[in-house]
Amino acid sequence: MKKWQCIVCGYIYDEAAGDPDHGIAAGTKWEDVPEGWSCPECGVAKSDFEMVQI
Amino acid sequence: MKAPIVIVGSGLAGITVLRELRKLDKTIPVIVVTADDGAFYSKPSISNALASGKTAAQLAMSPAEQLSAQFNAEFRTSTFVEHILADQHALLTSKGRIEYGKLVIALGAHPIRVPMDGNAAEEVLSVNNLADYARFRERLNGAKHVAIMGAGLIGCEFANDLAIAGIQSTVFDRSQHALGRLLPERSAAFFREKLESVGVKFHFDTTLSKIERAETSLTITDSYGGQMNVDLVLSAIGLKPAVELAQEAGLAINRGIVVNRQLATSNPDIHALGDCAEVDGLVLPFVLPIMQCARALAKILAGEEAAVTYPAMPVAVKTPACPTVVCPPPMGSEGTWQEAVSVGGVRAVYLDAQGEMLGFVLLGEAVQEKQALLAGMKAWL
Repeated sequence: MKKWQCIVCGYIYDEAAGDPDHGIAAGTKWEDVPEGWSCPECGVAKSDFEMVQI
Repeated sequence: MKAPIVIVGSGLAGITVLRELRKLDKTIPVIVVTADDGAFYSKPSISNALASGKTAAQLAMSPAEQLSAQFNAEFRTSTFVEHILADQHALLTSKGRIEYGKLVIALGAHPIRVPMDGNAAEEVLSVNNLADYARFRERLNGAKHVAIMGAGLIGCEFANDLAIAGIQSTVFDRSQHALGRLLPERSAAFFREKLESVGVKFHFDTTLSKIERAETSLTITDSYGGQMNVDLVLSAIGLKPAVELAQEAGLAINRGIVVNRQLATSNPDIHALGDCAEVDGLVLPFVLPIMQCARALAKILAGEEAAVTYPAMPVAVKTPACPTVVCPPPMGSEGTWQEAVSVGGVRAVYLDAQGEMLGFVLLGEAVQEKQALLAGMKAWL
């Protein structure tokens, strides 16, 4: 499981935790997060983000 | 050597242009001129840093040296631009002259100040950058009660963040509603109730007129003559695009620095974006529009053809007491709000005479519907 960080707001997407509040189940890999998902902290879309592996 | 691209301002707009440009062109010289220390930080995180347990220093993600190495750019920090000499393609700064090939103005906006009476009127704080935030946190040390001027997005976010940290806040606004410019009436009432449930107090239809220092606290007086003692006054009544330098250089100004969809000002070698710019008539001081502009401008600076496009861009209000997403109808559009209020949330849509959705508001558990509603929205630009 990996973690990805939003460079705009610092939010960390942890694959192990997912984002269940926004329909992303725990354990969802980054590449399986739908393109329509957006950062729950700052609202920038997945495709609009640079996520860095940390 | 090719004349450098000079970016004035190192906020989200300036740094995102640099980052996007380096994806397209690794070698063209770039100089970033900034009045502060040039560290990159997440601006949206400022209004929920108490809840996330972060200090001002912890919000800074990368210092200027790191950005300079990562993006192959020269950073001139603590450097104030005093004049733009457009005819000479040069800037006069507090640390000397800098010549440019293309200039990018990304100076952001200034908090609006209103004149006030009292011997402590100068102590009113506004927070619009990381240095302001550090000062705010210093003053907040030991504070129990904060008065906030303005019940807009920033005022409400700070009020909620203070509530989470156990600090009382009282929010003053000249209108009748919280988030009054963004929410229709019943939505605003729902939002207000949720914030009041975590202890935020609102005083509507009034403004602060006087601030006096009393021993260890401040005595504030509102426009009805009501008084209370607080430890700190935070002003969040709005932002004004920083247009002074551009105006003095003779560039076209309206509410912001006027730019077209190529982000060019009335001088083709000078671009502007972010909170200081008015793009095709729109001043949108939010993260998403800045990202759209920065990407388009990077292409243009790299010599490609591009025009900025704006899909409908919802704004998330960071108030955990009442999760809120607002996709405002375009200015001047005609229609009516239809609000569906339930115990757990509000779903409001703004429809024109033909029933087409031009905007929406989602509160509480209804925020889940964001993507579904967004799919039905037309692009703004």
